[in-house]
Amino acid sequence: MVLRMSDPFGALSALQRSLDASRRSDWFGATTSGYGAYPPVNVFQSGDDFILIAELPGVDKKDLDVRVKGGEVQLTGSKSIDRPEDASIHRRERISGEFNRTLTLRADIDSERVEAELKDGVLKVFLPRAERAKSRSVKIG
Amino acid sequence: MAKKEMEVQEKQALESAEERTESARFYRPYTDIHESENTIVVTMDVPGVDRKDVDIKLEKDVLTITGLVNLSGYDGLEPLYTEYNVGNYTRSFTISNEVDRDGIAAKIDNGVLTVTLPKSKEAAARRITVN
Repeated sequence: MVLRMSDPFGALSALQRSLDASRRSDWFGATTSGYGAYPPVNVFQSGDDFILIAELPGVDKKDLDVRVKGGEVQLTGSKSIDRPEDASIHRRERISGEFNRTLTLRADIDSERVEAELKDGVLKVFLPRAERAKSRSVKIG
Repeated sequence: MAKKEMEVQEKQALESAEERTESARFYRPYTDIHESENTIVVTMDVPGVDRKDVDIKLEKDVLTITGLVNLSGYDGLEPLYTEYNVGNYTRSFTISNEVDRDGIAAKIDNGVLTVTLPKSKEAAARRITVN
């Protein structure tokens, strides 16, 4: 189902239901990719292309590396937390450290046209399908 | 320093104490709270929240922070495989120290909200000497 965010009232509930419905779906199939590594990702389709979104709060652009090869997407980076000096801790729930996750998509990606943006702690990677991996209509002669 | 590998922190949906008019789920943001001699600093991970969509309220001793998530980026997408859900964030804390309300400052950077609450003079200056 294609998401439509135009209705401001029901939009968030509709998005949440839709994301729940594809929760850990079998889309990765027999590839090596699986659930459990940091960062958690959501994969979407838009036309022929894929869009991968991950929440990376506190990760700076300079500490993040996105690599694409064939159908493989690798996310590498680190998150550091500046703690004030001479401060006493009431609560510590946020985590820091390093990550390195590889996902194998089920189609080849045109790595030349991949684009990534990091905004408000959310990484969005546009993964255009390679020409040879796109479907074509065949004229029956 | 040894490498520390990050682990997935499952997002915690909020069990709301009060009824909300909207049926959408809220999440409880992961938060650090530090106190130094003059300030209390609250830091929370709120990915997807824009600066203008943060609301910070201090009523009596209860600090309530709410962040609305930006949904515009999801328009026209079709979910294939998902590992997390999105939603607005909210959390309340009872602040035990007297806080100088006019001096509260907040900033948001890369999806991390930092709220600095200066302690009022009376609250900051009380140090008890043990004889």
